[in-house]
Amino acid sequence: MNASVEPDGRAVPADPSAPHTLSLHEQAAALAAGTLSGVELVQHALARIERLDPALNSVLCTDPERALARAADADAARARGEAGALCGLPLVHKDIFCTSGLPTTCGSRMLAGYRSPITATAVARLEAAGAITLGKANMDEFAMGSSGENSAFGATGNPWRAGTVPGGSSSGSAALIAARLAPLATATDTGGSIRQPAAFCGVTGIKPTYGRVSRYGMIAFASSFDQGGVIATTAQDCALALGAMAGLDANDATSSDADVPDWAAALGDPADGATRLDGLRIGVPEAFFGDGLDETVAVRVREALSTLAGLGATLVPVELPNQRFGIPAYYVIAPAEASSNLSRFDGVRFGHRCDDAVDLQDLYTRSRAEGFGAEVQRRILIGTHVLSAGYYDACYLRAQRVRRLIADDFERAFGSVDVIAGPTAPGVAFARGANSGDPVAMYLNDLYTVAANLCGLPAMSLPCGFAHGMPVGLQLIGRAFDEGTLLRTAHRYQQESDWHRWMPTGAILPDTSRART
Amino acid sequence: MLTDSDDIRAQVQGLASLAGLAVAPAAVDAIGRDLADVLALFEALNEAPIEGIEPMAHPLSSGLRLRDDVVIEGPSREALQAPAPAVQDGYFLVPRVID
Repeated sequence: MNASVEPDGRAVPADPSAPHTLSLHEQAAALAAGTLSGVELVQHALARIERLDPALNSVLCTDPERALARAADADAARARGEAGALCGLPLVHKDIFCTSGLPTTCGSRMLAGYRSPITATAVARLEAAGAITLGKANMDEFAMGSSGENSAFGATGNPWRAGTVPGGSSSGSAALIAARLAPLATATDTGGSIRQPAAFCGVTGIKPTYGRVSRYGMIAFASSFDQGGVIATTAQDCALALGAMAGLDANDATSSDADVPDWAAALGDPADGATRLDGLRIGVPEAFFGDGLDETVAVRVREALSTLAGLGATLVPVELPNQRFGIPAYYVIAPAEASSNLSRFDGVRFGHRCDDAVDLQDLYTRSRAEGFGAEVQRRILIGTHVLSAGYYDACYLRAQRVRRLIADDFERAFGSVDVIAGPTAPGVAFARGANSGDPVAMYLNDLYTVAANLCGLPAMSLPCGFAHGMPVGLQLIGRAFDEGTLLRTAHRYQQESDWHRWMPTGAILPDTSRART
Repeated sequence: MLTDSDDIRAQVQGLASLAGLAVAPAAVDAIGRDLADVLALFEALNEAPIEGIEPMAHPLSSGLRLRDDVVIEGPSREALQAPAPAVQDGYFLVPRVID
């Protein structure tokens, strides 16, 4: 790849006459000021999805009638002085979240046509805050994938360059935010599925601490890793949305009862001098800058660290001696949990059922083989292997011990720093098909992201420039339940830089920045 | 760990059977190769200094919380049965698989 290739896009200033150029926060301000209505925002977003998404395949379904009716209700609520934090703001949900009014497929043929009787708590809370669900976002099947190529409903494209992948598994969520089809999307992160696609698409995403966001109604992949979060264009937007989603839920015994701070308000006002990071200690692990990292990506990440230092933060070297064991530990434990979780899809209790079964075993095994794609089947086989007699101790328990080693490394590091920073992914978005015949090469995309999932720590990715003409993500990892420091660090960086304002304007999104669809 | 190539076909079929997956005979070799690559990745774990380290099953140290032992309303039977291919008198109908 040529490091000097220029990105096919530019920094686009907020233009109220083209609502998609406004961040979620800016759209909220326009609604509050009465210069835009919820109905107008929803119409604009639906029109952009209809016009631009055929080239991306980031959205699986929409329900315009329902969305417009709810937008009208939101506008009426606002007129009565009853606007919630997200009143009238449009969003798209990753198709892993159950929604009783819309299909839920999890990107799998197994669940084609499924309509859940329940709505995920995360979705219900965002809607209770006034957000308007436009539809569902494409994803790698059962959230297994790092490229958006594993959806049963077709691969998603990266709006920055035709023929490149958007990352995964929250492929649709990241791509649709990059293309400014909507200002906010929900997403989930089991091994990097929010952060890596956010990095590949040049947008901002946060995976909160394990337990912050209820997993009720979020289809399970690996239950000790899965965590819901959001993707938007800015950290400020993530703070606003996360505040509405997070908190204790009686329907999820692993949801945390920790207080949910007002993250958006805590970001402060630049007019009051809230622009600096004095006193913040940022840990920089050299283990995140070793073999496998693209050189230009490393340059961009180090430039971002210099910007943070310029805002008053202190950069502190930290040791993560067991970092190199993260990928193998993760790819033992997560498939083990997946093989157990996905056993419910047997053609009887849940999911696709094969025709003309000759006996019960045939019904189970053929339904599963027909319903699951190749990567999901591979992970089920890996999980079955590591849990089988003879390998359980040598493989599964060993990986769980390594998991604790890695968690101990982070705990030690957080004794001397407040946040840990590095690249989100070892490279930029690659060409479609480039890694699809090599599962190990695909898994190595998660080199820097799995540690936060193994340890349950909050982490985010934000855009910090371009390499080879494609976006680069800066990853920030925080202490458990300290999303506030991550969001503040990211927000200060975005006050100082304009990478989050860059929009793709190339062939895949014809004059997207100027058009008033 | 799927390293004995003579054995791979039998191991893939055995795993598929445990996993409840039907594997087409033509696909067994490719699946075996990919699995062998992935399992080779795990050998690095043998170098980790895990002596005396307790396994970590979950990131939450606080343990699971119990809810009050009271009746709560879930979705109705009608709502729960709505996605089923066939129901009758409140029962799920499934294909006859035992004669």
